[in-house]
Amino acid sequence: MSDVVVIGAGIIGAACARALAVSGARVTLLDRGSPATATSAHGEGNILVSDKGPGPELDLARYAASLWPGLSEELADELGPAFPALEYERKGGLVAATTLTGAEPLLAFARTQRAAGLDARPVGADAALVLEPDLSPDVTAAVHYPEDAQVQPVAAAEALLASARRRGVDVRGGTEVVGAVTSGGRIRGVRTTTGTVEADTVVVAAGPWSGAVGQRLGAPLSVLPRRGMVLVTTRMPHRIRHKVYDGDYFGATQSADAALQTSAVVESTAAGTVLIGSSREQVGFDVRLRVDVLAAIARRALRLFPTLTDASIMRSYLGFRPYVPDHLPVIGADDRLAGLWFATGHEGAGIGLAPATGEIVAALVGGRVPALDAHPFRPGRPGLLGASGEDHREP
Amino acid sequence: MTPHSIGRPGRRHVVVVGAGPAGLSAARAAAEAGARVTVLDASHATGGQYWRHAAGPHEQLTDEELRLQHGWDTYCVLDAAVRSHPAVELVTRAQVWAAERHDDGPRLHVLVGEPDDAGRVPLTFSPDAVVLATGAHDRTLPFPGWELPGVTTAGAAQALAKADGVAVGSRVLVAGAGPFLLPVAATLAAVGATVLGVHEASRAGALARGWLDRPWRLAGTSGKLLELAGYAAGHVRHRIPYRVGEAVVAAHGHGRVEAVTISRLDPTWAPIAGTERVVEVDAVCVSHGFTPRLELAVALGTAITTERFVDVDVRQRTSSPHVWAAGETTGIAGVDAALAEGWLAGHDAAGGAPDERRARTAVRRRAATHEVARRMAAAHGIPVQGAGSGPGWLRWLTDDTVVCRCEEVTAGRLRDTAAVTCSTDPVSVKLTSRAGLGICQGRMCSAAVTAILGAPGALESRPVAAPVRLGDLARAAGPSA
Repeated sequence: MSDVVVIGAGIIGAACARALAVSGARVTLLDRGSPATATSAHGEGNILVSDKGPGPELDLARYAASLWPGLSEELADELGPAFPALEYERKGGLVAATTLTGAEPLLAFARTQRAAGLDARPVGADAALVLEPDLSPDVTAAVHYPEDAQVQPVAAAEALLASARRRGVDVRGGTEVVGAVTSGGRIRGVRTTTGTVEADTVVVAAGPWSGAVGQRLGAPLSVLPRRGMVLVTTRMPHRIRHKVYDGDYFGATQSADAALQTSAVVESTAAGTVLIGSSREQVGFDVRLRVDVLAAIARRALRLFPTLTDASIMRSYLGFRPYVPDHLPVIGADDRLAGLWFATGHEGAGIGLAPATGEIVAALVGGRVPALDAHPFRPGRPGLLGASGEDHREP
Repeated sequence: MTPHSIGRPGRRHVVVVGAGPAGLSAARAAAEAGARVTVLDASHATGGQYWRHAAGPHEQLTDEELRLQHGWDTYCVLDAAVRSHPAVELVTRAQVWAAERHDDGPRLHVLVGEPDDAGRVPLTFSPDAVVLATGAHDRTLPFPGWELPGVTTAGAAQALAKADGVAVGSRVLVAGAGPFLLPVAATLAAVGATVLGVHEASRAGALARGWLDRPWRLAGTSGKLLELAGYAAGHVRHRIPYRVGEAVVAAHGHGRVEAVTISRLDPTWAPIAGTERVVEVDAVCVSHGFTPRLELAVALGTAITTERFVDVDVRQRTSSPHVWAAGETTGIAGVDAALAEGWLAGHDAAGGAPDERRARTAVRRRAATHEVARRMAAAHGIPVQGAGSGPGWLRWLTDDTVVCRCEEVTAGRLRDTAAVTCSTDPVSVKLTSRAGLGICQGRMCSAAVTAILGAPGALESRPVAAPVRLGDLARAAGPSA
């Protein structure tokens, strides 16, 4: 296999670089800043199957979920006890409706997932309270998803990077791609702020900046930033056992409405804090705080867990997720320029989907048949080519 | 940007955050220039850290308490002027927990009441101008044992003495860097502690270069120098030894500090081997300077200098429209500078004419006091370079020295995490080591963490400027007042 450049050392780029190196490629992984500090460091570490309806994304999520247990063990063995813990935990998800009108759509959605083979267990209000004792007694319906899991996203990204380095991947921070080197109608490398890197294969894994990177390489892609905010409490007694979220979550994921959308995702972390997400806004790369967004998240969380009213919020953070109009990740070769590939568009699911994305990219680049049909994720599908994301940096 | 260009009817509304010397001065100047003024302060009383005192009518301060205060008359005059001005609204126990930057100006979110109370009252302000006078807090470098009970910041010891008349211990040692160590030692002696010594980390050479260089430039700063001279006299009276080029490099004790190790230092603040000695104490007060409170300034998008202060122009305007800053958020220069800067900020924020005679006087006073600030930094600044890797004070730290006290992350853990992840980026190392993710959100440790990592410290953003109950947050926002 030939030389490969991967652009973007977030968790997607790290997973791609590692998988490519495992399959024998010589890989250079470039990041304009520090690895694992942008989108990967500003999410929640979700490995969810529960929020996806039947179709290619659910298939991808289930494939990814099946890879995580083995991968997290393998990384822990390889990197040893001095490496930060990945905190992988298959804790399960509990999706709850808090209104009468919300109950039936939630249960109907779970029926379609069950028909597709997912373990989605409707539970009555009493059973939900057994699973989550602090849950509001006003819950009207709930579904338990034992396959949902969680990981510490930056530790996971750094572990994939460390493992990639052990396999010979050259990880270079502070190196921004400015253009493509092409000849004979195909890509031959990239020009960067620190010099030219030659490669027959270039994989763009730059998250919400992938459209802008594609533009610089002559292949713009319609990837936009979608902003999410998360609240963090001080340490508290461990009372919340699952990933608990309200039934509006998937409705928000699947809407293209640019207006503010919020839904509650509440979970405890290994460190003892509680994470409360999240929102979705299309405001470009604007980093300005919006208190009304935080307030909307807080109100939704309190509908699920009224006892959190006295919880002390010590921090909020925001991140930009790579959004594409049809909500499907973009994984595959770009037909416009031979040798150019994309691995992006995972929106809020990139942490969970990273291992599957890496395996698929490595298989496709190596000319092998991937474990999952990747055709639905191809960059050439309708509605993606042409328009570019905004070429801004966060200030 | 011009402060006169905002097309809202009626007189300008200026919100001053912080009621220390700079904030009070700003509030009075803004009101006298014709603005409607709201002053917000998180504590029970006005006066800030400098004029810290017990809540209640300050006319009733005892002689004992008065001996601990400097410029008390100035405070009383300022405070009375602010309280009695009909255009000024003063709100104490008011915590600004978030600042938003909207296209039409800033919006401040405030909770009024006791910090842990469920019943705090929310207030929201969308003023024409904000004056940030949020001050600074102590910066303390870590050393083995600094987390033991009985080891406090000099500021905390000072506050305890001024507000409650209580000394942190009976055998107390004061250490660190900067002229602030002197009043702290004097205060402790005044409330009955035996102060075993003041140990200034900077060596005689640095002190001389900072303070004695071109002395004519200190013309106009006599107040500050007289104040320092007064402390020196107090030291002679209380027989407090003052040693330079020395630091507390370790604290020892079971469950509480019982002794400290003092060592002589080289110019990079590395301990000089063979000079260590152990002194029995029951308390130690340590400060190595001040860190400005920048949460609101960062949230409002103001430019920050490389020395991590709010960047202001000659009229105390920040780079953000509608936002002024004064006092120690803009530089550590003492009370005279804070008063002058506050006057300039309040006057300009209110739309006062810039060429007024008093403005010119204040600019002159500010320039003179900033000479003091420059000298203080030269004489007492924490070294950023050393022989080999990083400043010498890093050699105080052993692998099991706790650096982040909230999350109990040691120096060894930080170094190991950086080594195994090949990352010195604070964003990554914080999240993989948990340093700085605890209740203080890195306010205590982040500078030490970046020094240990050898990384250039990124500007930290803390959008939630102070902890807020989820229930209060749920009721926040809405239209502005």
